[in-house]
Amino acid sequence: MNPTTTAPLGKDLVGLEHMSSAQLKAILDTAEPFKEISERRIKKVPVLRGKTIVNLFFEASTRTRISFEFAEKRLSADTVNISSMGSSVVKGETLVDTARNLEAMRIDMVVMRHGASGAAQFLADRIPSNVINAGDGRHEHPTQGLLDILTIRDHLGDVEGLKVCIVGDILHSRVARSNIHGLLALGAEVAVCGPPTLLPLATAELGVEVFTHIEDAIQWADALNVLRLQLERMEGGYVPSLREYNRIWGVTNARLEAAPRDLLILHPGPMNRGVEIDSDVADGPHSVILNQVTNGVAVRMAVLYLLAGGQPESAEAAKGGSEA
Amino acid sequence: MSGKVLLRGGRVVDPSQSLDATLDVLLAQEKVATVAAGIDAAEDARVIDCTGLVVTPGLIDVHVHLREPGEEHKETIATGAASAAAGGFTAVCAMPNTDPPIDDPAAVGFVAAEGRRAGAARVYPVGCISVGRAGIRMALVGEMVQAGAVAITDDGNPVMDSGLMRLALEYAQTFGIPVADHPEDLGLSIAGHMNEGLISTRLGLPGKPNAAEDIHIVRDLLLAELTGGHIHLQHVSTRFGVDAIRQAKARGVHVTAEASPHHLVLTHEAVEGYRTEAKMNPPLRSPEDMEAVRAGLADGSLDTIATDHAPHHYDEKEAAFADAPNGIVGLETALGVILTRVVKEGVIDLPTMVDRMSCAPARAFRLPGGTLAVGSPADVTVFDPNERWTVDATKFRSKSRNTPFGGWELEGRPRLTVVGGRVVFGG
Ligand SMILES: [Zn+2]
Repeated sequence: MNPTTTAPLGKDLVGLEHMSSAQLKAILDTAEPFKEISERRIKKVPVLRGKTIVNLFFEASTRTRISFEFAEKRLSADTVNISSMGSSVVKGETLVDTARNLEAMRIDMVVMRHGASGAAQFLADRIPSNVINAGDGRHEHPTQGLLDILTIRDHLGDVEGLKVCIVGDILHSRVARSNIHGLLALGAEVAVCGPPTLLPLATAELGVEVFTHIEDAIQWADALNVLRLQLERMEGGYVPSLREYNRIWGVTNARLEAAPRDLLILHPGPMNRGVEIDSDVADGPHSVILNQVTNGVAVRMAVLYLLAGGQPESAEAAKGGSEA
Repeated sequence: MSGKVLLRGGRVVDPSQSLDATLDVLLAQEKVATVAAGIDAAEDARVIDCTGLVVTPGLIDVHVHLREPGEEHKETIATGAASAAAGGFTAVCAMPNTDPPIDDPAAVGFVAAEGRRAGAARVYPVGCISVGRAGIRMALVGEMVQAGAVAITDDGNPVMDSGLMRLALEYAQTFGIPVADHPEDLGLSIAGHMNEGLISTRLGLPGKPNAAEDIHIVRDLLLAELTGGHIHLQHVSTRFGVDAIRQAKARGVHVTAEASPHHLVLTHEAVEGYRTEAKMNPPLRSPEDMEAVRAGLADGSLDTIATDHAPHHYDEKEAAFADAPNGIVGLETALGVILTRVVKEGVIDLPTMVDRMSCAPARAFRLPGGTLAVGSPADVTVFDPNERWTVDATKFRSKSRNTPFGGWELEGRPRLTVVGGRVVFGG
């Protein structure tokens, strides 16, 4: 974010919007050597030894928090978890006070999940520590976008020119925004598909194709990133029922059979089987959903390493080479 | 109490008399006594040299939030009236969305009395349309007018019930007061935090579409046409809304309308970076909307410039965007912003500005002032049209500093504010 720093990403990772393709590639390339650490018997390297990281979660999120925690611990950082449930630090305290308290504790990095769009930027502007956005409202979830892109790259090669369609609730999705910005910066073609009630009117102005029929999206795409449909969207009146959603927008084998090519299937989880995605698709041969989870740890290690001042070309050496 | 004041040698701009000339203005016994060239200074007159300055009928802001009673940590009637005087305003109309709301004659009397006690700009109370601003049953409109209310509005909220709005437009005609509405269809906008568009989509902030405002503007115009009542549309921000008002005026509908300084010079781009000082309702809109508001101000479709001065404590705005309240302070920046970014950019000329900030608001709300005609109240604003200054919110008389104009370099600044012949600011 801060162009004057020599660190490849600047001080913070708030979002993928405004990041250059060189920066995005630096993260993805740095993630490659870090993948191997998780395959070792002793899954620990001293890259972040002596660094203190606070995982500050104002919203419940088991998988993202655990993924960050694994990444931090495997890099030997000292970590503290603060979650909104049962924590006096967070209850009733303003974001400003939280920021000031963190600053006073002289921590090195904060990983934050917050329900308000802009919360990560707000914190990043107010504390000298590195801030990593683990999801802010509907705005961005940059490490999820990165791990999705890394997974696509693992299976289909360079994403430039690839056609990726994000399916589902774009309106409320920070995952969609991070994917859109990251993929476009890397030269992919991007589409979204979903009920018009869940597609912002300005979606096309972001530079993406808009489909309202899943059949059309399947004809077009090389990869589908299928978003979770929250139950609240039915309660909010955006879709009449989950069953109807599955009938009209569900990603099913029957629909995928009509595709002109095999489609890579991603899902950021947690899945509603039988709603946005059928089990035989999620568990099928083209699903890379579990690869996404594995890549999540590697991408987050790469981000932590780069924000701590590491250089992409030194990542291999920093982790002590590959285990024989 | 007030002695004679002679304002000597200023450029007197008074569109109510089609006046624009270098003249002297003599104020005596709380009235305008003489406007002429070369007035002899009476021995007991205080002479103020206005060479190089502009002398106008006192500026009037028909839309301010003074927060008292209930939110005195943001503003009080006294600090708000002082802020108005420092901004060159000689009168303001205080919105009734306080806590408790101003919905009965006793509350109206309180605002009027506190306003007099403040001894700065005049403070005219505005009463609620509905009891408790709940939008259900009409408030004591007649008794509030007898206690000093000059208009009614549920501002902050729209009147969602069209039947209630019809009744208010009919009933208010007895008293010759405007019914002011904050036009917004909440069904379309209540979850929104900024203008709906590409920027809200990128920032992941729920939007308020233009249509939410347009629908209520059209509804209000239709009801004014149906009843013959006077609708005053507050803080108009959309291109369609401006055009609908223009067309309604051509049909003879009794409508007046406001443009706020921020909608005249800012767009939703000011929200980038989640800047809460650019959060207000209606939101800052697209550049096309801003241009339409400017055109509407120029051709008179929008009658008045009104600040919608909305103070908030600094720590209330120091929050995530969705958690921050709507509104900005405007009284102490309005004149400078309008001179610099509207008049000097050629949207309107200086006499038109004086009309929109003084004559037209007086006419719309049937207030004394808005003219320097002999015998009218000695409410006068004097400003330097060329003085360069930088907006420093920490210097505001207002208790609050929530402004998007902080650090702006402006050209044109109030120098003297006279209310009832008494200098309340400058001099
Ligand atoms: Zn309003």
